[in-house]
Formats: sequence, C-alpha cells, structure tokens
Amino acid sequence: MFVLINFSYLAAAVCFILGIKGMTKPTTAVRGNQIAAIGMLIAVVAALLDKDIISYATIIAGMLLGAGIGVWLAKRTAMTQMPELVASLNGIGGAASVAVASSTWLNALAANNLGSSGWSVAILASIIIGAVTLTGSLVAVLKLKGSIGETTKGKLWQAVTLITLIAVIVGSALFITSSEHNPLALAALVGLCLLLGVGLVQPVGGADMPVVVALLNAYSGLAGAATGFVLDNQGLIITGSLVGASGLILTAVMCKAMNRSLPNVLFGGAFGQTDSGPKQDEGEFYAGKVKYATPDDLALLLDGARNVVMVPGYGLAVAQAQHAVKELASQLEKRGAKVSYAIHPVAGRMPGHMNVLLAEAEIPYDQLKDMDAINPELPQADVAIVLGANDVVNPAAAEDPGSPIYGMPILDVHKAKTVIVVKRSLSPGFAGIPNGLFIRDNSLMVKGDAKDVLQATTSAIKEL
Amino acid sequence: MEMFVLSFTIFILALFVGVELINKVPPTLHTPLMSGTNAISGIVIVGAIISAGSTDLSPTVAGVLGFLAVTLASINIVAGFLVTDRMLNMFKRKG
Repeated sequence: MFVLINFSYLAAAVCFILGIKGMTKPTTAVRGNQIAAIGMLIAVVAALLDKDIISYATIIAGMLLGAGIGVWLAKRTAMTQMPELVASLNGIGGAASVAVASSTWLNALAANNLGSSGWSVAILASIIIGAVTLTGSLVAVLKLKGSIGETTKGKLWQAVTLITLIAVIVGSALFITSSEHNPLALAALVGLCLLLGVGLVQPVGGADMPVVVALLNAYSGLAGAATGFVLDNQGLIITGSLVGASGLILTAVMCKAMNRSLPNVLFGGAFGQTDSGPKQDEGEFYAGKVKYATPDDLALLLDGARNVVMVPGYGLAVAQAQHAVKELASQLEKRGAKVSYAIHPVAGRMPGHMNVLLAEAEIPYDQLKDMDAINPELPQADVAIVLGANDVVNPAAAEDPGSPIYGMPILDVHKAKTVIVVKRSLSPGFAGIPNGLFIRDNSLMVKGDAKDVLQATTSAIKEL
Repeated sequence: MEMFVLSFTIFILALFVGVELINKVPPTLHTPLMSGTNAISGIVIVGAIISAGSTDLSPTVAGVLGFLAVTLASINIVAGFLVTDRMLNMFKRKG
C-alpha cells in the first residue's frame, strides 16, 4: 500500500509536467490545465489514504471551506484584477506551507519524535520561505491596488530588513542546534520571518511589482519543495521545483525586459535616485511642442490607414478599454486594414497581463505580437495607437545614453508613419521622466480616457 | 542521510526539467501559467491533510494549524485551476 501511495505522488508529478507542457500552445492549454487538475486529484486521494490519518472531520471541513472560498474568488475576479489575485494566491500558498511545517513539527514534538537536523532544516526552510511569501505577497497586493504608495523611508526599511535577516539566521542556527524544543521559539521565528517579508517588498517601487509577484510565485513553489523534504515526499519535491523554476524564469524575463538586474529591482529603488538629480522641467520639455488631435481627426487618419498597430499599456487595463479596442479594430478590418497588437513584456502589471485582457475581448491571439516580432514591422505601419503605455515606448531608451532608462528594450513606435498617443495627461510614467515621443513630428496626442476616446473614434469612423 | 541526498538529486533534476519546459511557454500564456503553477503549488495540501488528520479531534494547536493549512491549500488549488481554465478558454476561441 505504501508503495502504491508513493507511486500515486509520482503519477501526480507526471500529470503536472504534462499539464505545463500543454501550456506551451494556446490550443492545448485548456487540456493541459485539466491534466494538472487530475494530477492534483490523484495526490489528494493518495494523501487521504495515508496510514497516519485517524480522523477525517477536520480534513473534510477544511477542504469544503477552502473550495467554497476558491470558487468564489475565481468567479468574482475581473480579468483586470488578475495580478492581485495571483499575488494573493502566492501568499495563501506561502501561508499553507508555514501552517503545514509548524503543525508537522508540533505533532512530532508531542509524539517526542523529532527528526534529524536535516529534517529541522527542511522545516525551517518551509517556514522562512512560506512566511516571507505570505507577507511579501500581502504588501505586493496592497501596492498593486494602490493602497500603499511609494515609501519615502527606503533606507529605514532596508535597515529593518537587514536586522531581521540577521535575527532570522541566528534564530535558525539556535533552533537547529539547541536541544531544547520550545514551541514559543518557533512562533517567534515565524513572527520574524513575517516581518522580513514586509521589509523585503515594502521598499520596491510599485512599477516593479510584476517582478516581485513573479519572484514570490517562485518562492511559493520552493516552499512546497521544502515541505516535500519535511515529509520525505519526492512527488512534492518535483512539483515544488517545477513551480519554483517557472517563477524564476518569469522573473528573469521581466528583468531582461527592463534591462535591470534582479538585485537592482529589489534593492536599488525605482530607477536609481531620480529625485536626487536635477529634475527636468516637464512644462518646459513639452511646452508648445505637443500637437493635440480629436477623435474625429483620428477617425479621418485611420480611414486611410492600411496597417494599424495598437500598443496597449496599463492605461488600457485601468480604463477597461479592451472591448472598445476590439470594436475599433473590427471597424478598421471591415475597411480592409490590417490590425495587429504590439505587446511589451512589461506592459501591464504582470507577465502576459495585456494578452489576457485582449483575449477577453475575443481578439485572436495570432494578432498579438511580442516585441521582437513587431519591431521590424513598425516602420511599415501607417498608424500606431499607443493606449496608456508610456515608458515602454520612450525613444530615449534607445537614443539618449544619459537617460535613466537607456538600454531598456522598447517598442519602436516612433518609427511608424504616424503615432497617436491616447493618454489622460502628460504626466510621466513610472520611470518619472518625460517622454520625447510626445513631441515628435510624427506624433499626435489625443487627451482622454482610452475607452472614451476609442468609442468616440469608432462612432466617428462609422459616420464617414 | 542517504534519503536526503536522493531527494536533493531529484530536486535539482526537477528544476532543470522545469526550466526546459517553461522556456517553451509563449509570453501570451504567461499569466495563465502563473495562476496554473499557483494551483499546482497547492500540492502542499498533501502535507496539510496528513497533519490535519493525524491529530484526533481534541483541539490542539497542531490540529488547528492543520485545519488552517487544508483550508488555505484548498483555496489555492480550487481558485488557481478555475481561474486558469477561465482565462485559457478565452484564448481557445479564435476571433
């Protein structure tokens, strides 16, 4: 029976691998997700057959409660809130790891059956990574929601983090080597790790949250792998490291797309010390050089365009304008224009955020082009419409070596014949620098909410 | 100790499998990938079930923590898989 149960965990891990493999293509992804869910079912059944289980009441109560909350969360969340949901789920996963490790340790203590020091290390790893993931995700969610702004006390938080980190290391060393086992010591350690999570994420800028969310995703996986070491369960270890690898790769992708290293994102503060240097006067930068247009002008321009590129950014998500984009695109396609969508890897608040929003509006995914695919095509574009994106289309990143974002890969929209920037104001993006794109000869600005502008343009085109 | 070495070997090999596999996922699917792997990380429910079930009904701290762990892991699994399915179905239909 024991062998059979262990084989079930292996089968579950294989299902997860096949499931992720399915996610490599949009057409097979739904099936992949289902295979992964079947794997989870196998693992749960195997766990329920475990010889140590003497009572099912708490298990069933917990599962029903959790499943109810889970269904509610999944149904209620809008596509624009996906980053917050993923960040929350990371945190919940971390909390689960902490609870499992603490509970396992307390059970072993009560049975006077504490494992080797290797086992204690695994318990601690689950607790440390899990607790950091929990509070780190909590801070990330609040920052994504805008409930906590940028901190002005970055240095103070870094000091707190450093002290907490040292305390955690010393505490862990004592915990492993000490022969006295006190549940209160464990509780204190959990508390320190919770504080550490806050300290690590609090100083990171709001614009860098996508990187943090991806990294916390990796942590939640690694916490699971550590739990696998606690339970001597290889299925858990395989699964945890799969999730860990996934999070680490996404983190690397995001960092590369911003031309920054991970330590720079985590400890450097947003784009260095932008506030210490002489601030460029925005009023002067833009004075009299920005050409404004109305939705009617935009409609006339688009009427003659054959090749149109939409460039969505976070502003599109804020304005919930994904359906309005689709409507305008359908009108243009009816008139024989080719419409594609240029998606920068860090557009939005998490990897792939824009793709999900556009997919919700039933825009075919083969029209969505990533940066490397669309950049060579942009010089041929008649009109590029920038919808609430800013730093990812700032030509300074390619042309001005003095700019703080110099070297960051951008979408070359300034090479299109005409660029339309739809934006609520001239306020800078997260990098805090003015955008030279807005004052180029080939660019026009339409002020307003992305959704309103797009809808006005669509109705103007219909009347032409 | 031998068990640990074996487990650690599996851990490292699985990391490599993960890297190879996930590098092939297109950027379009990165959000569903994150929510999907989120659901998969709910595998800690295995540990949660064992610790929640191995204490009898007398309310100990360990028992309460076990119950909490089962609940949290279930949220992770159910919400993760459902929301991933919701998103992926949007990608499935074409225009």
